[in-house]
Amino acid sequence: MSAVVENELNEHHHHGPAQGISRWFFTTNHKDIGSMYLWFSFTMFLVGGCMALTIRAELFQPGLQIINPEFFNQMTTMHGLIMVFGAVMPAFVGLANWLIPMMIGAPDMALPRMNNWSFWILPFAFTMLLSTLFMEGGGPNFGWTFYAPLSTTYAPPSVTFFIFGVHMMGISSIMGAINVIATILNMRAPGMTMMKMPLFVWTWLITAFLLIAVMPVLAGVVTMMLMDIHFGTSFFNAAGGGDPVLFQHVFWFFGHPEVYIMILPAFGVVSQIIPTFSRKKLFGYSSMVWATSSIAILSFTVWAHHMFTVGIPLFGELFFMYATMLIAVPTGVKVFNWVATMFRGSISFETPMLFSIAFVILFSIGGFSGLMLAIAPADFQYHDTYFVVAHFHYVLVPGAIFGIFAAVYYWLPKWCGRMYSETLGKTHFWLSFVGMNLAFFPMHFLGLAGMPRRIPDYALQFADFNMISSVGAFLFGTTQLLFLYIVVSTIRSGAKASAAVWEGAEGLEWTLPSPAPYHSFTEPPVVK
Amino acid sequence: MLNKQEQNNKSKRTVIIALVVTVGMFGFGFALVPLYDVLCDIAGLNGKTGPKYVLQSGELETDLSRLVKVQFITSNNENMSWHFKPEVTQVEVHPGELMQVDFLVSNPTQQAMLAQAVPSLSPSEGADYFHRVECFCFTQQTLQAGEEARMPLRFVIDKDLPKHLTKLTLSYTLFDLTNSDISMASVPK
Repeated sequence: MSAVVENELNEHHHHGPAQGISRWFFTTNHKDIGSMYLWFSFTMFLVGGCMALTIRAELFQPGLQIINPEFFNQMTTMHGLIMVFGAVMPAFVGLANWLIPMMIGAPDMALPRMNNWSFWILPFAFTMLLSTLFMEGGGPNFGWTFYAPLSTTYAPPSVTFFIFGVHMMGISSIMGAINVIATILNMRAPGMTMMKMPLFVWTWLITAFLLIAVMPVLAGVVTMMLMDIHFGTSFFNAAGGGDPVLFQHVFWFFGHPEVYIMILPAFGVVSQIIPTFSRKKLFGYSSMVWATSSIAILSFTVWAHHMFTVGIPLFGELFFMYATMLIAVPTGVKVFNWVATMFRGSISFETPMLFSIAFVILFSIGGFSGLMLAIAPADFQYHDTYFVVAHFHYVLVPGAIFGIFAAVYYWLPKWCGRMYSETLGKTHFWLSFVGMNLAFFPMHFLGLAGMPRRIPDYALQFADFNMISSVGAFLFGTTQLLFLYIVVSTIRSGAKASAAVWEGAEGLEWTLPSPAPYHSFTEPPVVK
Repeated sequence: MLNKQEQNNKSKRTVIIALVVTVGMFGFGFALVPLYDVLCDIAGLNGKTGPKYVLQSGELETDLSRLVKVQFITSNNENMSWHFKPEVTQVEVHPGELMQVDFLVSNPTQQAMLAQAVPSLSPSEGADYFHRVECFCFTQQTLQAGEEARMPLRFVIDKDLPKHLTKLTLSYTLFDLTNSDISMASVPK
């Protein structure tokens, strides 16, 4: 994207971007930082994807053929950590950086220097995390949920690097979140009241509050691990009076809001895109805001549904079961609103819209399998099987990832001033759609039949579905190289895009020229 | 519209509030640790049987109308190599009756070792009614190479034990603390 932005230097903006590499090290510009976040996230997406393909290659056939079980454990762990903290979260922060100032009519983020810092922590955090793979004893091998005592008593020596890596990415996310909150609350253009804000801004505001509420708890739990490992405390060690189950409670107190952190901004993206291509206003704007807030608040009351089988009392099982099911209500409101927005609209199916419609359908499938898992007695069968893997990949891949793809296709013309190839975009969509369903749908059956997750081998009767799943995974994975090609070729040689880009699009960002100038809204626009 | 100065001041305030929330939530994460113990205590979860019980005078009025079976289970954690078993695996007691059961332990290795036993009572509903007057689990145990020992447990079951509880199971897990740097302060009761 850099080449294009550089072309935008003109006499109105006497201080454009600095030249050379130092531009990227020292930039405080929200667009530069947004781009860096997005490229970083895509790099991590490919790294984490290679790990996923290593897993799927091993699981292509029963038996152990490619990697040994120890390395398999490191792959499942690192795949989860990289995708959650390295791919999905930074991608949304990148979108927030690019879009929030343009959507609310602000010249930049509220805290531009902190913005630079919060990005530049990330490459160091992930270099540290990835370097553990080459250390003696290998990298983290205890699953991305790093349950104690696997991650304390039995952890490889590299666990300390993992802990500091998590601390650093936590600091980065918290700074990013504070920046988003300060920007949205204080930098809105005159007339841009809270209830006029685009839904993407709303969902990100709520996400940012979730982030500052739970990332510190994650920092706390890894600090406790650090103390147990190195300073002789016994937070999670039964011999010293601690309790490993405590770890799970504290972790999931962070972990459940975290899953909404990964999906709420995607809700926002889809709520921007569906009205544009349905050529109608979003149905039920204020109910969307309330539904998002209720999901965020409820997310603090459901953590133990990840722990139905650890032996919590009957009252706890019932409470967390019903609280979890309650979340289906605001989520249902949102799905209803998206469908109602499309209803009787004059819909066209450009690439962002295809990804958004797939989002609504496939995320709902993930939501339904989530409801099945919420039923405590049934969860005793599903727990730690591939059914769980199928469930969270259905909410994260066509949920979070498709949301990000949709956002990139939708706003890329605004970012770089050039239009992507619709044919290639649609090809990317259909290959991703088929690959992703092929990879993850059979996992439902595998899980219900009892195949446990995080195991490098399986019984013979699971062979066919696993083979299908691996073929789908490789299709989905290699398709993402097409996405890289599409984005690069659009930036370098796409057709010029108009300022409005889409005929039905509404919002302040579309009033700016394409590509958006390096400094936008230095004079705040007036919102009627 | 806000001018730059006002906007900066407002931003500063937002940042300060957000930082306070962040620090507060970091603290809350640690507050979850005692909170968890308190909740388990209130709900009688985890089969935690409470601290050493001090008998009040005249308390030992035995409820002869019923008998409660108490079973003992012992297990060793991971690589713990001691032999550890109760003298009897089951006793029948009247509520209010003081009872002593010895546990036999021996260290078959060639070196002195330090151990800690951690109890858990099942069903956990009965945990509040199971009073340990004396227990080897209140302290850590050292055994020299080849040494054997009898470790006493003296307990009394509360007369208020709910009627439907007729059988209690007390399980001990023995942990090896020889090469562990667990501090004395954090030892369970």
